[in-house]
Amino acid sequence: MSTRLPPTPSPTSATIRTPLAKVRGLGSANDGTDHFWKQRLTALANVPLTIFLVWLIARYAGSDYATVKAALHQPWVAIPLLLLILSGVYHMRLGMQVIIEDYVHGEGGKMLLLALNTFFAIAVGLTSVFAVLKLSFGA
Amino acid sequence: MADAIDKTNENARPLSPHIGIYKQQINMVMSIVHRLTGAALYFGTLLLAWWLLAVAQGPQALDIVNIVMGHPLGKIVLVGYTWALFHHMFGGIRHFIWDTGRGFDLGSVNRLGWLTIIASLAVTAALWAYALHTQGVF
Repeated sequence: MSTRLPPTPSPTSATIRTPLAKVRGLGSANDGTDHFWKQRLTALANVPLTIFLVWLIARYAGSDYATVKAALHQPWVAIPLLLLILSGVYHMRLGMQVIIEDYVHGEGGKMLLLALNTFFAIAVGLTSVFAVLKLSFGA
Repeated sequence: MADAIDKTNENARPLSPHIGIYKQQINMVMSIVHRLTGAALYFGTLLLAWWLLAVAQGPQALDIVNIVMGHPLGKIVLVGYTWALFHHMFGGIRHFIWDTGRGFDLGSVNRLGWLTIIASLAVTAALWAYALHTQGVF
């Protein structure tokens, strides 16, 4: 005679999550797939923008002032550069956030580093944008 | 996390393959390098911001950037920066392929890993060959 196991409760019937929580799909951290999605979205934007950046570096790194200034003055250089800066600092902030969360376990230190991460991304981004706009509008 | 480990049972048994005794495989190395290049690029943005700000400030400021980056060490950093950009980009494309549910079999995983490192090195070499050709700084 074979032993019969009691029926396994299905994962959906055994949950204590409310139907509303399930529909919202935000999980315990309350932001669902938001981090993942923004990380991928900026990553996609960064593919063409990175190709543009490496071209800009290879073409103009080490060039004299007049050459670089003239290049950055062009809208078709300045605009992709601005897009790259915005998408880039957003992407890197998300990435560094994961690194901090992975390796820093003390709550205080983690919070401090996460704040510094945001400050760094905004400061570097704004500095770069300021420089590009100054050149675009005639410095 | 560290606090969660039962310290009384520390030497009882190995808990998982430790990184030091685990055989290096292309996929794990590419995963680590992807994170390292990401972290390097994070601070590499300082170089870009410095360069852009120098151009916005004037010829003297740009001269300083060009002197520092014109030093052999500066050139190594700059080539390394572009390699990190390419490596992280190809690594990201690899993740996009995985996002579609493809390429999870062992053969594909290994191929994609090797492709990432080889493509990043080849394209970096091509980029600086182009720079040498058009500009002559390297």
